[in-house]
Amino acid sequence: MSGYRLPTGGRVDRAKSVSFSFDGQSYTGLAGDNLASALVANGVTLFGRSFKYHRPRGILGMGSEEPNALVTVDRGPGRTTPNLRAPSVPLHSGLVASSQNRFPSLKFDLGAVNDKLGAFFPAGFYNKTFMWPRSAWEKLYEPAIRQMAGLGDSPTSRDPDHYASTYAHCEVLVVGAGPAGIEAALAAAQSGDRVILVDEQEEIGGGALADPAQWAWLTDARAQLLALSNVQLLERTTAIAHLHQNFVVAVQRLTDHVAPAQAQGAREKLWRIRAARVVLAQGAIERPLVFDGNDVPGVMLASAGRSLALRFGVAPGHAVAVMATHDSGWHDALALAKAGVHIVAIIDVRDDVSSDLLDAAGAAGIAVHLNHAVIGVGGRHAVKSVTIAAAGSSAARTLSCDCLLMAGGWTPTVHLWSHAKGSLRWDADWAAYLPDSIDDNVIAVGGGAGAWNYGSGVAVSNLPSPKPVHQQKAFVDFQNDVKARDIRLAVQEGFRSIEHIKRYTTNGMATDQGKTSNINGLQIASEVLSKPVTAVGLTTFRPPYTPQTFGALMGHHKDALFQPLRRTVIDDWAVANGAVFENVAQWRRARYFPQGSETMDQAVARECLAVRERVGMFDASTLGKIEVVGPDAAEFLNRMYTNPWKSLEPGRCRYGLLLREDGFIVDDGVSARLAPDRFHLTTTTGGAARVLGMMEDYLQTEWSDLDVWLTSTTEQYAVIAVQGPLARAVIAPLVAGIDLSHEAFPHMAVREGTICGVPTRLFRVSFTGELGFEVNVAAEHGLAVWQAIHEAGQAHGIVPYGTETMHVLRAEKGYIIVGQDTDGTLTPDDAGLGWAVGKKKPDFVGKRSLARPDIVGAGRKQLVGLLTKDPQVVLEEGAQIVADPAQPVPMTMLGHVTSSYHSATLGRSIALAMLVDGRAKLGETIYVPMPGGTIAAEVTGMVFLDPKGSRLDA
Amino acid sequence: MLLIHCPYCAEARPEVEFAYGGQAHIARPLDPSALSDADWEQYLYIRNNPRGRHHERWRHAHGCGRFFNAVRDTVTDKFEVTYPAGEAAR
Amino acid sequence: MKRFSAFNLFAEALRGHQGWPEHWPDKAPKSAYDVIIVGAGGHGLGAAYYLAKKYGITNVAVIEKGWLGGGNTGRNTTIIRSNYLYDESAHLYDHAVKLWDGLSQELNYNVMYSKRGVLMLAHNVHDVQSFKRHIHANRLNGVDNEWLSAEECKAYCPPLDISATARHPVLGGALQRRGGTARHDSVAWGYARAASALGVDIIQNCAVTGIRRGPDGAVQGVETERGFIGAKKIGVSAAGNTSVVMNMAGLDFPLESFPLQALVSEPVKPIFPCVVMSNTVHAYISQSDKGELVIGAGTDQYTSYSQRGAFHILEHTLAAICEIFPIFTRMRMLRTWGGIVDTTPDRSPILGKTPVPGLYVNCGWGTGGFKATPGSADLLAYTIAHDAPHKINAPFNLDRFRNGRLIDEAAAAAVAH
Repeated sequence: MSGYRLPTGGRVDRAKSVSFSFDGQSYTGLAGDNLASALVANGVTLFGRSFKYHRPRGILGMGSEEPNALVTVDRGPGRTTPNLRAPSVPLHSGLVASSQNRFPSLKFDLGAVNDKLGAFFPAGFYNKTFMWPRSAWEKLYEPAIRQMAGLGDSPTSRDPDHYASTYAHCEVLVVGAGPAGIEAALAAAQSGDRVILVDEQEEIGGGALADPAQWAWLTDARAQLLALSNVQLLERTTAIAHLHQNFVVAVQRLTDHVAPAQAQGAREKLWRIRAARVVLAQGAIERPLVFDGNDVPGVMLASAGRSLALRFGVAPGHAVAVMATHDSGWHDALALAKAGVHIVAIIDVRDDVSSDLLDAAGAAGIAVHLNHAVIGVGGRHAVKSVTIAAAGSSAARTLSCDCLLMAGGWTPTVHLWSHAKGSLRWDADWAAYLPDSIDDNVIAVGGGAGAWNYGSGVAVSNLPSPKPVHQQKAFVDFQNDVKARDIRLAVQEGFRSIEHIKRYTTNGMATDQGKTSNINGLQIASEVLSKPVTAVGLTTFRPPYTPQTFGALMGHHKDALFQPLRRTVIDDWAVANGAVFENVAQWRRARYFPQGSETMDQAVARECLAVRERVGMFDASTLGKIEVVGPDAAEFLNRMYTNPWKSLEPGRCRYGLLLREDGFIVDDGVSARLAPDRFHLTTTTGGAARVLGMMEDYLQTEWSDLDVWLTSTTEQYAVIAVQGPLARAVIAPLVAGIDLSHEAFPHMAVREGTICGVPTRLFRVSFTGELGFEVNVAAEHGLAVWQAIHEAGQAHGIVPYGTETMHVLRAEKGYIIVGQDTDGTLTPDDAGLGWAVGKKKPDFVGKRSLARPDIVGAGRKQLVGLLTKDPQVVLEEGAQIVADPAQPVPMTMLGHVTSSYHSATLGRSIALAMLVDGRAKLGETIYVPMPGGTIAAEVTGMVFLDPKGSRLDA
Repeated sequence: MLLIHCPYCAEARPEVEFAYGGQAHIARPLDPSALSDADWEQYLYIRNNPRGRHHERWRHAHGCGRFFNAVRDTVTDKFEVTYPAGEAAR
Repeated sequence: MKRFSAFNLFAEALRGHQGWPEHWPDKAPKSAYDVIIVGAGGHGLGAAYYLAKKYGITNVAVIEKGWLGGGNTGRNTTIIRSNYLYDESAHLYDHAVKLWDGLSQELNYNVMYSKRGVLMLAHNVHDVQSFKRHIHANRLNGVDNEWLSAEECKAYCPPLDISATARHPVLGGALQRRGGTARHDSVAWGYARAASALGVDIIQNCAVTGIRRGPDGAVQGVETERGFIGAKKIGVSAAGNTSVVMNMAGLDFPLESFPLQALVSEPVKPIFPCVVMSNTVHAYISQSDKGELVIGAGTDQYTSYSQRGAFHILEHTLAAICEIFPIFTRMRMLRTWGGIVDTTPDRSPILGKTPVPGLYVNCGWGTGGFKATPGSADLLAYTIAHDAPHKINAPFNLDRFRNGRLIDEAAAAAVAH
């Protein structure tokens, strides 16, 4: 028991008590407290256990730099959050927090055995052992290490909270609302600029919050900021990254400061701010000192002690000693003494300290030990005493105390400056890096720029001690348990770059990202290497400034909003009629329409037979559609596609094949010429945007002389395929203005007229091998036309069918699906589509690549058909083909099955496959070795049904 | 997120409106069939990939839809200039 | 080299670890070497190690412009797997996986290769077809890869959401049990220490500024910040900077360098037992031994050497992670960083000879080079030692961009139509 609530002082509301619990024990704090101040006020010193050695730890700092006091906060089911810093957890009524990384309890932690064995776990120990026996790493050592590592527990159920995000723009963004930031914001606002001021704390003020003399000014300044309509003040908002061209990302915490029952709206909000000018006023963070025992609970930064006493009205201890290498420690000691905290002594390594400070200490009755350093700390779960010695002397004396404040100087916060690629310069007075120059319109002000000073100090990190360094437990990185001797060991083992030292020791890699450890690590490395600090290097500052939830970055993009799901206008009908769906690219498409208890195979067989015997209808709206218009439209398509287009008559359709410039098939589709200067193109469902982009690219940048316009019309049309011998009979009563007879309207023709009274582009095309029409109508009429066709078809036994049935029907005819039967490595000839390549055309996209040596050579894979010897065996799609199934592994594979189905029409299985020199192997037997046995099949042509195509001409 | 000046819209807009189009000023040969395999390889695949000043294509895909060229430093990601397609390299 | 062992660790503990020597001595460059490797990442250091170990070529320098292991070796998400589709790729990556097994013992340095399994999720019918094709091809190539149902995926990786109503429901997955992770820094350090012990000089902070070629066109050595260093054979293993180094030899390469970002969460107790990849949703995740969730993001769209990417890429990445693992929304992103990945037109590496006599190259690994580290190092060493490629890396030549014999794994996983 050490800390306690002072009778007066602080910004807490003494009239409002707040009850909360920590590790199951109930406590009471005050409104305005955070978890750390409230626990210290209750005498708690022990907050957590360190990462590696499970050493007992208290708080080190009172801000986001805190490495030790990590807790899990439980706000109800799905709402636990691990690894929160106690000083950054605002207190609210009913807060439930617990400590982490300990078993069975915080006071008695079995993991602390690591501390006793610490000598065996120096930096990099894991590289040196756990290698024997070989199998033991995964089975024994690694699981044990993983169990010991980690901090808190991950949440294990779905988070009921949601997260928001927004964009913001301003002339001036000010990061940090301490005195410098507030002044900058007010000054900028007075010039009329739009100003955004962000601050990570529960209330603005920064350092002024622990300085009662500034409170009146602060109240006034806050009122001014709130009154200015051109100032947006974002409290509880942390600027986490400063990226290209003054793009600053900030996260606002909206609900965690109130009890769950009071929380409304999004939990957090991500702000993406683009600012003409950024003012960085992030302040500075105090540095710990490195000495034996500097991690005993109760040893903390002087600034933390000051914040506890003056901001929260909490004494950090009953008897407080101060170890300083910087004047700021003296100021803090005097301020604490004035607030009623008993200061046992100020210890300073310096032998000359300004007489003002000495006089003030004398007047306050504080003992002073100049030219001394702390060389040891008594106590395990709380400080009981400190041992000090004069430099170079082994004569030690012990001071009884329950708290030790460390004042090791200050490190300006240059994180965002560095994110923005600003350069830094080493400042010997500050013993820290300060902002130097930067390309973007950014300035740094206040403590973060070295423009604020709190007296002077001397740069020491490892305090002088009679004990050899390797016997000291002198911590540099508290959370990761990196000691001064680990840094020495790293250097001794040849790690000389600070990046290597960091990675070898893990210094600066804990959840505080080195806010209190980087400079001390650097100074120790510099000493050991006998090189100036600037020659040791500086590790990169990596966003985010403080850890941020995945949810904040996810924002609204979850569940259905993760990616929009595109639905056709017939989707609702399909749902109502029991469709089973599949996702294809961004769309969902009806896969089949089961009736009763039908399986997929049964439904597909029924749908296939209906199309072959009668008529079926299919929603083809997802096909990509591009309107190509202009006097040079035919010339343009002629250059893009492999086929000739100039000869195509208006009113006729053509299958088009599109290659990339490397000669491989990228898309296909049937397109129609509606007029000499107008084409209606179709693309694959997934390829629409890609094809349009590719065409725009050629049109704009290669052939800008062509007079052509491209317009995406994918969503403007609903497309209903009506297929089967009775297709004409079904639509005939609905169509007007078009002669549907075979003579007037042959296969691969297009006509314009009306259906159900609305305009249609009616295609006579087939992806089934049957007589077929594709009805294109404006999307808003799609559902009505679909329903009308469905109704008209009842007399003819029409069935709706889905993509799976479509796949079987087209495979029976050997029609390929780009992306399933081709995979981005097939040329037209490979795919058996050599007929679609205009032989007389001098050029088209991809033509030159088809003449490359390996493309014209033998041994390429070609699409063929396969018929299994056992007609009831359906090959698995993706199964591999070999010539000799008895050969040993690795086998020589000749290709694979691309499509495979049971054909109800044929009463047997069919398959398409890529096969090396496939067309030369027709009639041969190939083998498909499967885990359950080898399947033999005969190589055939790709057309299994109606090879003459007579059914198309019905 | 880069801020990119579209020379047609005459506005600086966020990168998410744009699609990168690779190295600029690589004209498609007028008669590809006349090229050797090596020359065709050069056109198809060989890229400068410089560390520093880079001529590159962008398309204001979610804006005016048009392609333009840019000079950007690949070390700082800073744009030096953007200019309409068809103009000489800056 | 002082041997690493539990016994020596114990003995050193008793004397304050004062007896551990340098992992690798810091060397000043000699005037000439038999072989110079440009780039001290895992691939380059490994190549030097295998040159010394397997071919007795010990007069080797590895030259690095920064600090060793500071490029993509130290910036990747450490995924190891070999379940690639094409024979060429499967053989290349499986060569590496076989070397990963036992690498700690070989180097006397624990690289923490952990065969915790790599699970690749299928979210639509097309994914299923594509994965089955991989599984069957892998099986006949002797590479392990097996199909798991959605329920089996959930059992293997409990944080996974397999609800059918998800935007991208999990239909199943392909699991390679030998896949896993290793500790990236340890790989670089282990190879550096072992190579150094065999006589290889490791020269850091020494940027190559030129490649000198003789009248016959063959290489004579490299110009560096610290002067000319002679060598009749030069192996370039410079990842994102390969184009720049190749230009010094007068070669233009089919490469583009893009920013690639990654991130880690704060450490938590074990929650995630394996590696999960979803190409459809763009999520790549595992948990490190330290407890951090290690997450790979996508590349930015534009070429860059800045080692920083755009924030919206990270937003998309974490949305993708939370889509598949909704329990992680309250986990917190601790650290992000960027690397420079060099990509080829077919997304397969280039590993072999160049048109310049004596100049060898290992590049184009794109986003997936870490997994290949020991294999590519071994094959680069073979190629340099024999002045000819090994049959495993022979297909990964430069000629394929001229003759069209591409090895396009990405195209093979073509998008659904």
